[in-house]
Amino acid sequence: MRASRRAFLAACSVLPFAGSAALASVATAPARKLLILVELKGGNDGLSTVVPYADPSYARLRPRLALDRDQVIKLTPDVGLHPSLEKLVPIWESKRLAIVQGVGYPDPNLSHFRSIEIWDTASKSDEYLEAGWLTRAFTHSPSPAGFAADGVVVGSGGMGPLAGRGARAIALANPEQFLRNARLARGEGESRNAALAHILRVERDVLVSAQRLHAQKTFATAFPAGAFGNGVATTAQLAANAAGIAVIRLTLDGFDTHAYQQARQQNLLRQLGEGLSALREALVEIGRWDSTVVATYAEFGRRARENHTGGTDHGTANVHLVMGGKVRGGLHGAAPALDRLDGEGNLAFAVDFRAYYATLLERHWQVRARDVLGGQFAPLDFI
Amino acid sequence: MRSLTAGLLLLLASAAQAGQGIGFEGARHLLNRAGFGASDSEVRAFAPLTRVQAVDRLLAATRREASLAPPTFVEAPFVPYYRVRRMNAEERMAELRTRLQQAFELRAWWLHEMAVSPSPLGERMTLFWHNHFATSQQKVRSVPLMYRQNVLLRREALGSFRTLLHGIAKDPAMLVYLDNAGSRREAPNENFAREVMELFTLGEGHYGERDVKDAARAFTGWSLNRDTGEFVYRRAWHDHGEKTVLGRTGRLDGSEVLDILLAHPRTAEFVVAKLWREFVSPTPDRAEVARLAAAFRGAGYEVKPLLKAILTSEPFWAEANRASLVKSPVDLVVGTLRTFGIQPMDYRPAAFAVAALGQSLLQPPNVKGWPGGESWIDSSTLLGRRQWIDRVFRGAEAMSVSAGAEESMTASAPREAIRRTLERGMRTYAFEAERWSQGVEQGLADRRGRVTSLVLAMAPANPVPGGDDEASLVRALVADPVYQLR
Repeated sequence: MRASRRAFLAACSVLPFAGSAALASVATAPARKLLILVELKGGNDGLSTVVPYADPSYARLRPRLALDRDQVIKLTPDVGLHPSLEKLVPIWESKRLAIVQGVGYPDPNLSHFRSIEIWDTASKSDEYLEAGWLTRAFTHSPSPAGFAADGVVVGSGGMGPLAGRGARAIALANPEQFLRNARLARGEGESRNAALAHILRVERDVLVSAQRLHAQKTFATAFPAGAFGNGVATTAQLAANAAGIAVIRLTLDGFDTHAYQQARQQNLLRQLGEGLSALREALVEIGRWDSTVVATYAEFGRRARENHTGGTDHGTANVHLVMGGKVRGGLHGAAPALDRLDGEGNLAFAVDFRAYYATLLERHWQVRARDVLGGQFAPLDFI
Repeated sequence: MRSLTAGLLLLLASAAQAGQGIGFEGARHLLNRAGFGASDSEVRAFAPLTRVQAVDRLLAATRREASLAPPTFVEAPFVPYYRVRRMNAEERMAELRTRLQQAFELRAWWLHEMAVSPSPLGERMTLFWHNHFATSQQKVRSVPLMYRQNVLLRREALGSFRTLLHGIAKDPAMLVYLDNAGSRREAPNENFAREVMELFTLGEGHYGERDVKDAARAFTGWSLNRDTGEFVYRRAWHDHGEKTVLGRTGRLDGSEVLDILLAHPRTAEFVVAKLWREFVSPTPDRAEVARLAAAFRGAGYEVKPLLKAILTSEPFWAEANRASLVKSPVDLVVGTLRTFGIQPMDYRPAAFAVAALGQSLLQPPNVKGWPGGESWIDSSTLLGRRQWIDRVFRGAEAMSVSAGAEESMTASAPREAIRRTLERGMRTYAFEAERWSQGVEQGLADRRGRVTSLVLAMAPANPVPGGDDEASLVRALVADPVYQLR
């Protein structure tokens, strides 16, 4: 065990004060609130998630896909939830579910990869940034030194908003396994070779986190089966840690529904609804519901008019869901203007996604959004 | 006059250098970059050759077909999608199970081919094109169609990019994957039209939305025969009207759109830059890429001469670019088998390992393929790699079958049975130190130095234990972070 002891010391020397702060953090509550981001990968179809069922244009644009008025869960006289999201109804009724409509950005890009890059880096449409927006947030405003990590990505699929240098971020599929394997990391040395430097940095982050993570919490909450349900269980386990984590990102993949959308999206939204509901229950159970915000995001929404293969093509503005004990529930942003589509048949946006981020940064974390987002974006009122 | 002499001297010097043998280190570099790992005797065989001789020998060994016979099910008749849709729940579950089983076997077959192929460069290029024309079994849901695509990728791996692009656009698995099979003039599906420009040819930012829309119209009617799963052109579905793509207007069909894309200089640059990141370094040299791309396009998109130009170029051999690439999971697993002469009885555990490390063959994460480079390594995959290496080189209990990959198999068979099969198979992956040592050249003055330069692309990052025990030296080298580089 000589190697791991040496490695631990090496890790501590990288982050001065880390060792003592770790001890302190066990006694005191984490100072930074928890943000949980849920990526709806592939571009969820917002129009059949939060359904403008009363708008006659909706049925006209979606002859095959439109949900009937009596199928949707009516939230207001104009807006209803997809029936597969029924588990979210109690959260809506307790006014802790915010529905943010019309989130997008000017000059939208319709490529999955470029558009998620824009979202992940919070760049302008024609601007290329290296680091993720959360990485920049941590560069400006580091998490307390005793935190296990700035961010944890649950599962794989890239580091997304936590990419780049400047954040202490790790990825793991399951905490027990992560801790079991961390003994194989060493975390020593420096290198001018960029690829090697990356590997050494990952090793150090692993060691620091492994010293501070625990995964022994037994939940009364029942988590849904399946990959997303497992991700939610892991998220809850991480949220329960004494040493804090500022951000957890998890992903639900498969929303790129160009064909046979109905059955596929129904299944995905059921997983989403059950997963978020279990997550709320788990956060309540560990007393973190009030200090946590859960927010969805995706590269784009989908085309207003359905295509010929029972699906929808890439679109622009989209609806997103935010929940948490301090969230102001209700409808935010603006309803999709289905009668005013652009030349490509796409929706105009009402809320810049950077204003959505600014709300999370300023209202949840008290971090000045302008430093992170490279411009002034007025926060919304959902927190 | 003086500058002329200097130029002449420079020319002579580089000619002399090009005429020299590449040596052990050079041969090691070439074989690891162009193939997957290499044994001591393979490296030795290439060491006396010049750069050009060595590259020519590699290119001459490439094949257009796999050396191993494919699993028998690839010849079985295609199961039409409509038939699956009509199945009852029980039949459908059985069909799903068969499909998962077949996909698993096909992955194992391909990894086996990579591990034993006399044409490792051909297999690397087949994998490169699989990543470029990324197609996933998860959506295609037919292993025989995935196999047919694999055959096409291998046939043109070092052949013609033009033929390959035209072939892919009509490839049944691709037609299903990017939804073109159902695209008809009343409502063209844009998926293939967009990705063919963004990911297969031009790259993002070199076309507009109008180009995508009109190209989508040009590909309408390129579909599948429902019964055989073969390509079929449905005339009635095709939009015969006028379209404009990249400024060219006419009653364009899909083939003409592909030719327009091939005529655009960006296409060759896009492909060459990607090959640069595969073979040379993570940061393509713009001027070199432009030069190579112009030659590539000028010579009708033949891949072999392009690869020869890349593999004999100065940047490929430059000291600064050694060990600059991160190994993919396939590099790590297949490279380890080839370097250490490990011959597993069963390649399913290898298929399982690369999937757990983030590279499930036949199932790239999306149409952009695996992003690769540094993104191969995060805390989760780095620990997974260490665990796999630990298991192979220590024969310890360290590598239990990882939880994540197990989940994806639950639909195919009871977990426990699969786990046992993999565990049994995994035992044949154990490194045999003594047998391997005998294969390393005998009577060397600096044997430790030789073993180190065979295993690692640069000096180790961590201190290596001293002493005569070669097995512990090897274990230290494969546990070093540098072992993740090539």
